Amino acid sequence: MYAMINGTRTELPDGLDVLGLVRFAALSPDTVVVEVNGCIIERAGYDQTMLKNGDQVEIVSFVGGG
Amino acid sequence: MHISSHSDSRTNSDALVIGGVSLTSRLFTGTGKYASDAFIPRVLEASGSEVITVALRRVDLTTQTDTVTRHIPEHMRLLPNTSGARTAEEAVRIARLAKAMGCGNWVKIEVIADNTYLLPDGYETIKATEILAADGFVVLPYVNADLMIARSLVKAGAAAVMPLGAPIGSNRGLQTKEMIRILIEEIPLPIIVDAGIGKPSQACEAMEMGAAACLVNTAIATATDPVAMAHAFGEAVRAGRRAFLAGQAPVSAGRASASSPLTGFLFDS
Repeated sequence: MYAMINGTRTELPDGLDVLGLVRFAALSPDTVVVEVNGCIIERAGYDQTMLKNGDQVEIVSFVGGG
Repeated sequence: MHISSHSDSRTNSDALVIGGVSLTSRLFTGTGKYASDAFIPRVLEASGSEVITVALRRVDLTTQTDTVTRHIPEHMRLLPNTSGARTAEEAVRIARLAKAMGCGNWVKIEVIADNTYLLPDGYETIKATEILAADGFVVLPYVNADLMIARSLVKAGAAAVMPLGAPIGSNRGLQTKEMIRILIEEIPLPIIVDAGIGKPSQACEAMEMGAAACLVNTAIATATDPVAMAHAFGEAVRAGRRAFLAGQAPVSAGRASASSPLTGFLFDS
């Protein structure tokens, strides 16, 4: 399947949940926030949120800023 | 010595309270533009700052990137900004994502649709403030130094008002000084001068005028020695605050006023 991740079409393994996606992207779950189709996914719910083909996913984190 | 310890205790009891949090330092800092984020903990130690801004961005999935929060000590209060937002709706979305990071409920609203001067959109900022304050956020909006906008922000539930001294990152100082003075007079919220402050004397002047705090990023981060400049800003903000509390002596219309007695001269016949 695929998802639009941060605006880029990305091929993903089937049956991936949000926790799996974060690990697939080699990120640490406590440094990012994930939004799926406009809804923020609470960290406690990462392993209960399955991704579907064509999902719009945003993965964001804090960066330097004023 | 006695006088100095008296003024110390007076300054120490002079906490700035925002969103129920009591702050000793009146210098807010930022995390942008450092040559290396490794400067950040040393800058915070040198300045005494207790509040620091961060921005929120998409993770770059093609490269391994460092996390800025790794360089921010635990005791700091994070003030995520909504930079990148061009509308109230976008600012609200960014604020909610930032809150989901689990670093508190403070947010600096920054809604900018002008790419040359990076001036804030007052109308959209007020709308975002209203929504987020009602949602339990501690909202610190970045705005033009404008009384009517500031009054609307008070009604919208802002925790402070953050007028700009000059355009972001310009280091041009307190160009909006008269308008900031009016905000300090009229607005019953902390006025935190954000943006444009380029050197410690300008931060000191803002504090002497009665500003509640200053937010300084570029002037520290891009100084030749950021840690030494952070120290200088910390001292300037403390000096300015003390001077404000002390009350400025009267200014004459132009004539001199002798500081020494005008009697008992040696040469009086």
